[in-house]
Amino acid sequence: MKRVGHPEPARDGDDGITRRAALARVAGIATLPMLLGVFDADAAPLAYELKSERIGDGVWVVRGAQEAIDRKNGGAIANITIFDTSDGAVIVDTGPSKRYGLALDAIVRQLTGKPVVRAYLTHFHPDHVFGNQAFAADAIAAPKGVVDGLADLGEAFASAMYHAAGDWMRGTEVVAPGRTLEDGTEQIGQRRFRAQTLAGHTASDLVLLEETSGLLVAGDLVFLDRAPTTPHADLARWRHSLDALGAISDRALVPGHGPVESGARGVGQTRDWLAVMEETIRNAFERGLSQNEAIAEPLPEWTGRIALARYEYERSVMHFYPKLEAGSWPRIDRAG
Amino acid sequence: MAMRAALKWVTLVASAMAASTATAGPAADPLGSVMWNDMKAQFFGDAPVVFDDRVKVSIPSIVENQAQVPVTADARALGDVKKLVVFADLNPIQHVVTVLPVKAAPYIGLSMKVEQATPVRAAALLGDGTWHVGSVYLDAAGGGCSAPALARKDADWSDTVGHAQGRMWREVDGSARVRFRVRHPMDTGLARDNTPAYFIEKLNMRASDGQSLAEVEIREPVSEDPTFTMIVRLPVSDKALTIDGRDNNGADYRSVIPVAWRQSDAAAAKPGAVK
Repeated sequence: MKRVGHPEPARDGDDGITRRAALARVAGIATLPMLLGVFDADAAPLAYELKSERIGDGVWVVRGAQEAIDRKNGGAIANITIFDTSDGAVIVDTGPSKRYGLALDAIVRQLTGKPVVRAYLTHFHPDHVFGNQAFAADAIAAPKGVVDGLADLGEAFASAMYHAAGDWMRGTEVVAPGRTLEDGTEQIGQRRFRAQTLAGHTASDLVLLEETSGLLVAGDLVFLDRAPTTPHADLARWRHSLDALGAISDRALVPGHGPVESGARGVGQTRDWLAVMEETIRNAFERGLSQNEAIAEPLPEWTGRIALARYEYERSVMHFYPKLEAGSWPRIDRAG
Repeated sequence: MAMRAALKWVTLVASAMAASTATAGPAADPLGSVMWNDMKAQFFGDAPVVFDDRVKVSIPSIVENQAQVPVTADARALGDVKKLVVFADLNPIQHVVTVLPVKAAPYIGLSMKVEQATPVRAAALLGDGTWHVGSVYLDAAGGGCSAPALARKDADWSDTVGHAQGRMWREVDGSARVRFRVRHPMDTGLARDNTPAYFIEKLNMRASDGQSLAEVEIREPVSEDPTFTMIVRLPVSDKALTIDGRDNNGADYRSVIPVAWRQSDAAAAKPGAVK
């Protein structure tokens, strides 16, 4: 089974519902005995087994798999952060599906004994926000750019997620955040969350600093030991955001994908990857290579230690090539 | 609609299962496509057909955008190819392009729309009348052919139709590698908004004396704002390559790509130029 990552929607007007209905039906057909052999992965009961990792006093992370979204992991590839507060639980991002959101809600109650009173969303990509359904919309807060991005692309994301993750997505609908988050601080119980909206991975990337613990939740501005994704990236803005994060990277940092540790390595590795990826693509482009030829170009040896390096490089070629063609080739048309 | 998509999908599973049990042989489709016999009749008639790994079809390992799937077809390993055809068995319109490489390499890079997962094939016709076919299997969520063109959302889209951009490079063997794009909605006629088919259907690449170097027949699956990579043998004395295009509404488009490497040589030879 080929994999699809953050899917880039083909069209805004795309009719996601119809295709999802078709895929739901396909998932039903998969239970026919004659087809079982083809669906070993789907034959197992679909239940996310979320494991929390304690990273501080009353703070946990549920680590995502360092993988692309597929029918084995159900899209559970992004990190989720959980804070216990005296007023209730606070989470950052909600995961890839309704089913994941429900499992997350259960583990949060188990860890804190409290319901979620605030869910911050770092950005609009589906592996971070499609668990929204499990939480009260009024508890979900995100910057305006995240709300707008989800409104624009949510249905197309849903369609692509149903294709990539299959039946894990059953019943998942796009839920808009009930609160638009302004930059600044929010006191919840004894904790104080400082929100800052940066950009570059997408048009609107929320970074949260929890001041009492000193923990920095960086969303997908930082990837660690897993190649960054670029379907909505602006590399210049991303670098600018990494500069800002680099200034405070001695803190413990939760990357969007990858292990939690002091921020320096994640910020540095993300910056190095963006540089290598961009240079390799630009070099192929300047030599006149077609997209598939650019995809076959070698990457530096060190990237072999980064999960999904070739996979994300390949996707990045498809993201950036059309922009380079439109942006840098001279006009050649003449009156006939 | 849902049922139809589901049934198509079951067909795919069936064909995948057939592939695993198919017996090896010169005429057996390595992908076991249930559409293969139809494709064979449609594109090759009664001509002899062999599957040949020297005809390379390159696609990404994942589909990022089903309306823009990069495909490169390369039959240069076969030598003298008369015709190169690209098609996709399970697309609603299977035929993508046909290249007549008059004075050009049997090679084309392009992006195409796919409606669902499908075999993608390139077929090269040799002088002896035999077709040599290379195939790959492309997995995709689909919908690329039935979604309206992006340009249709822009009220001023017609202002940019025919605008073209491109560049040329010299290959090691002296031939010219050409990459160019033309702004055009490339409407398939299958879109849900009932926009009629409107697409560039012909390109002719010419030397300065007007002789044809390569002709390309283009069909509806080629992506919006089509972008091509080709390799032509431009005469040594030529200063530019001309590309003539026509769409199915009869509009003509002409583009001229100057020979960049000779221009830079000329600039270096100017008096006062820094050597």
